[in-house]
Amino acid sequence: MRRRSGPPGPPSRAARALLGALGLAGVAAVFEAIPRAGIVSPDYLPPFSTMIAALGREAGAAPFWRALLDTIEGWALGLAIAVVLGSVLGVAIGSVRGLRAATASTIEFLRPIPSVALIPVAVLLYGAQLRSTLLLVVYAAFWPILLQVIHGVADVDPVARDTALSYRFTPWAKIRYLLLPTGLPYILTGLRLSAAVALILAVTAELVIGTPGLGKEIAVAMASSAVPAMYALILVVGLFGVAVNLGVRALERRVLSWHTSVRLEAAR
Amino acid sequence: MTAARRLVMLLALPAALFALWWIASAGSTSFYSPPLRTILAAFGPTWSSRLTSDVLPSLARLVIGYAGAVILGVGLGVPLGARPRLRAVAEPSLELLRAIPPPLLVPPFMLLFGIGTPMKLLVIISGAIWPILLNTIEGVRAVDEVLADTCRCYGITGARRLRVLVLRAASPQIVTGMRQALSIAIILMVISEMFASSSGLGFAIVDFQRGFAIPEMWSGIIVLGLLGFALSLVFRVFEARALGWYHGLRRPQRGGA
Repeated sequence: MRRRSGPPGPPSRAARALLGALGLAGVAAVFEAIPRAGIVSPDYLPPFSTMIAALGREAGAAPFWRALLDTIEGWALGLAIAVVLGSVLGVAIGSVRGLRAATASTIEFLRPIPSVALIPVAVLLYGAQLRSTLLLVVYAAFWPILLQVIHGVADVDPVARDTALSYRFTPWAKIRYLLLPTGLPYILTGLRLSAAVALILAVTAELVIGTPGLGKEIAVAMASSAVPAMYALILVVGLFGVAVNLGVRALERRVLSWHTSVRLEAAR
Repeated sequence: MTAARRLVMLLALPAALFALWWIASAGSTSFYSPPLRTILAAFGPTWSSRLTSDVLPSLARLVIGYAGAVILGVGLGVPLGARPRLRAVAEPSLELLRAIPPPLLVPPFMLLFGIGTPMKLLVIISGAIWPILLNTIEGVRAVDEVLADTCRCYGITGARRLRVLVLRAASPQIVTGMRQALSIAIILMVISEMFASSSGLGFAIVDFQRGFAIPEMWSGIIVLGLLGFALSLVFRVFEARALGWYHGLRRPQRGGA
């Protein structure tokens, strides 16, 4: 940072909030102005105010809320299954050295397989049901958790491990005092990545396969040329995504309040 | 571990899983999960003819879209990372735009840009740009202050400063973002082709599924898996070359090994 001349240092917290609000208002203004100025036909990109009006109409009707709940159900259930599976397998693989070496190549092969490749399988096996969504969500959300947990378990301090061994910790005590304190930050990082991926796959499944939820409503709105409603629904999914990100970050701060990384950030 | 033992470790589980799939599906009469033998028999005839009509167009779109995401992500990330005020203005808007799942952008992009290649490229770019952009911002923010001061003392400015200081210092983060963006780009390539298309891997797989050509569909899923795996290998080679200096620097700091 230059101190005497040039751009000033980082703005204060209040200034940041104000500037951020200005930025959002600017984006809204651009989306209002582009169709009004005729750069893009309003039939394809309605002005921002029209989108908001459509959002208001949607929010007054029951199907919108049912679709939102369907999306949340697929997302939350899939994420929960992925977290449990990923943690259990991650601890098992991470704590046995031979297992880690033996599974590494398989994980490296399976992980880059795009989860959307499973869409046809889901369609054939389950059709347009919640289980189709779950198959995709669980597959995609599983890998970040698994990899983070494996890293977390491998990261346990060798001295602490030997100490636990000397004092003959029970398995439960080992989990509580050895694995959890080291692994928790990794699990939460995995959770943050997985929560975002799970949302993407949940709405993608709804959009492509037609399982009930916001994604399906977007496809329906597009097919029936309800363009403002389509944009309004996309905005809702975006806002839900922001809420998910903020929620996981708040959880991270709470659960890890004892951890150095969070304490450092708080001290800043 | 000796090389031979490492090779066994590397191949044992994949071979076992493959054998398990082969044996478990050998007597399969289920229409939806045919024997692996049938799938592999369908593999050659299906993809030798579709290599030029589906696989190559898909790959071309992937490469162009990915390159666009890298250029835009780094190009926007450098000014945003260097200017705190600009970052404060843009941050909430970026948070909102980033939270919109990129596959949802397919319907509006189809309205705005039609169903041709530009739409598919834009879908890939709009999804793959985020990890690169955010990592570039973080990397540029964290440029070492002593190095920055040194550059100022020596009067290194402009394009030269960008090349020797800013981009070099941020490159480990940028490469991390590029790695995450690669898998996103593959996913979006497939999804954009599933909607409205007459060529491409995503189109082919959905086409097989709709025509109930089940062994061909499974072989397409295997092609996608191999593609993802191959690209992650290529990326690892690229990373080892581009960041060799960085890994060499970190090794002694991490205490040998």
